[in-house]
Amino acid sequence: MNPAIELIKIDKSFGPVHANRAVDLRVERGTIHGIVGENGAGKSTLMSILYGFYEADSGEIRVNGEPVRIRSSADAIEAGIGMVHQHFMLVETLTVLENVMLGAEGGALLARGTARVRAELRRLSDDYGLVIDPDAEVGDLSVGLQQRVEIIKALYRGADILILDEPTAVLTPPEAEALFGLLRALRAQGKTVILITHKLHEIMAITDRVSVMRRGEMVAHLNTASTSPPELAEAMVGRRVLLRVEKGARAPGAPLLEVEGLSVADMLGVFRVQDVSFQVRAGEIVGIAGVAGNGQSELLEAIAGMRPVAAGTIRFEGRELAAEDRDPHELRRRGLLHVPEDRLRMGLVPQFEAFESAALGFTDDPAFARGPLLDHGRMVEDLAAKMEKYDVRPPSPRLKTSLFSGGNQQKIVLAREIERGPKVLLIGQPTRGVDIGAIEFIHRRLVELRDAGVGILLVSVELEEVMSLSDRILVLCGGRLTGERRPDGTDERDLGLLMAGVEDAA
Amino acid sequence: MDALSSVLVVLDSTLRLSIPLLCACLAGLWSERSGVVDIGLEGKLLAAAFAAGAAAHLTGSAWMGLLAGIGASVALALVHGFASITQRGNQIVSGVAINMLAAGLTATIGNAWYGQGGRTPPLEGAGRFEGVLLGHSALVYIALAMVPVTAFVLARTRFGLRLRAVGEKPAAVDTAGISVTALRYAAVVVAGVLCGLGGTYLAAALSAGFLPGMTAGRGFIALAALIFAKWRAWPALGACLLFGFLEAMSIRLQGVPLPGIGEVPVQAIQAMPYVITVLLLAGFGGRAIPPRAAGVPYVKER
Repeated sequence: MNPAIELIKIDKSFGPVHANRAVDLRVERGTIHGIVGENGAGKSTLMSILYGFYEADSGEIRVNGEPVRIRSSADAIEAGIGMVHQHFMLVETLTVLENVMLGAEGGALLARGTARVRAELRRLSDDYGLVIDPDAEVGDLSVGLQQRVEIIKALYRGADILILDEPTAVLTPPEAEALFGLLRALRAQGKTVILITHKLHEIMAITDRVSVMRRGEMVAHLNTASTSPPELAEAMVGRRVLLRVEKGARAPGAPLLEVEGLSVADMLGVFRVQDVSFQVRAGEIVGIAGVAGNGQSELLEAIAGMRPVAAGTIRFEGRELAAEDRDPHELRRRGLLHVPEDRLRMGLVPQFEAFESAALGFTDDPAFARGPLLDHGRMVEDLAAKMEKYDVRPPSPRLKTSLFSGGNQQKIVLAREIERGPKVLLIGQPTRGVDIGAIEFIHRRLVELRDAGVGILLVSVELEEVMSLSDRILVLCGGRLTGERRPDGTDERDLGLLMAGVEDAA
Repeated sequence: MDALSSVLVVLDSTLRLSIPLLCACLAGLWSERSGVVDIGLEGKLLAAAFAAGAAAHLTGSAWMGLLAGIGASVALALVHGFASITQRGNQIVSGVAINMLAAGLTATIGNAWYGQGGRTPPLEGAGRFEGVLLGHSALVYIALAMVPVTAFVLARTRFGLRLRAVGEKPAAVDTAGISVTALRYAAVVVAGVLCGLGGTYLAAALSAGFLPGMTAGRGFIALAALIFAKWRAWPALGACLLFGFLEAMSIRLQGVPLPGIGEVPVQAIQAMPYVITVLLLAGFGGRAIPPRAAGVPYVKER
């Protein structure tokens, strides 16, 4: 039997960046095939080529043994390929029905196609349990349901081969389980699934075969049953990595940050954080777990002084912060530093040269001043030293910030904040978009800070990260704390229930 | 009897003054629902008015004037499309350029051709649109018919669905295998046709010939009406009738003292459309949310 997909010597460059080099891939029909690799390894580019978003510079694509030319998404759909993008390609102001129809309306007037889509939606809900309200507006649906709409869209267009790009990044663990159940059902019906992910446990849990990419090249094709997470990680990075963070026993000291009854409202007056209380002590990492959008960002920003507090108190080093003290600049001066979640929007100025980005918030530091002017020479030297210490590549302080990779940008922000000697460090999504090598470094650095007596409040949507770094884990759901755990007294299922809002019985 | 006839006169001129607004407003609706911001409505109206005035004078046929008006307006619409869709330029800058271009070119060419300070010669007989029903010309009824047509096409047809989608999230349209560029050009051309209709109405029905600057900011009031109507066709009709009514009142109330208030300055009434729009934007009467992708050129992300 011919394989469902065969890619032969696919090559693609974006200017000087060689995103895919002579990539070969063979995906058998009726299997779930995983593709893993670090950020920037070329997975998404490869799949975009397969889905016609870009055209390869050279190479051949065969679908079911037939050579095909895929120049647009329309060609890919024609060839029976469907894609569920990481960032959903849904129009939020349209209904589920309209989104499913878009591009496959079945006539100049919508009326006839509407009836067909309704019938098909009923069939899919019977066959796979893909239940959905056709008339709901997509913007009102949960992320999990939106993803379901994406899958239905692909199936409605007759996809036999389904590509999913990081599908679990936005899901709670129970939602992810449900998705895997669906993928297994699709496989049982003879459909082929390509799963792009960087989560090794997902590869192990659901795929039949797995291909590993590194720096634009395919470096391994393995049977899932005969491989292991360490082997995959090594193939991804090219050297042995520790998947677990090594850290000693904790010796927490006095409470540094005390939050009591904190509520935060957004611009529309909707409460995003409600009545949250906790402490962060010296020498302790407190992790906040939760599905993105459950109040973590608002909590972090409120403590950092970037958002008004609706109710409750915040104490720093035992003293209550009055409203006028809750100013980011004042707080940073006092040792409460903040590495924001979205480094490109809040932590850096992409158009600035790196040394300028690395001085943000500290431009009134006398060390950077020459009279009323900034001393560029000293700012460059300062960053050069930090770049060496944090292994930022390339170590060029005068390079434009946006030209560094995500991991290296993150290291620049971390170096800026950590090297100021924080007493409390607030850190959001420390390793989002960061590759495995840099993740390891960042995690080690955070543990070092903890051991040096810094109190760290960590917010991350990566459950593994929260579990391996934290000394205590708090779970947020809908802006409320739904439970507290110690990492050795919990597992993903337990945290998943708390993240889904099942209140702690204990 | 006198009061009744005053009311009728005001209502009659409300309709007349609303028509150019309505055409421009619907034009803006088509363009912006597809994601192309169009502040060049004013320029397209003006160019259409000039072309219609000149062509109707030359041929003696108002319908030839309409054809020329639509042609001129569509040509400018394509310039805007090329700048903002193909070249992914700034849509505001392109729109402003079109307004300036139309204001300058019509006056200059008009003066060179006719030597009357930019006017076109007065239109007579078949060179003007005459009333066909209740004293209103065919253009009025065509423009009014465009309201249900627009509403129907947007809500019930394939083209309308794709258009609404491309104004909200072009990437979703692209990945569904549909050309974003073709859709947006189509919308921009429809906007050109509608502005052509409105401009022709100004020069060959409301007046009898082109006058420099005769659009007098109607393209901008139409944009205000578009926001007021939240980018929907039937409310757009309501908004344009309201703004047309205010314009009619400002003419009617010139120099007339109102009991208890005294003489209301004309400017105060003329400012009403803008005041209403500002109040709306400030959050009264619900939020006006534009199509999400409006003003953003579509670039495939890396």
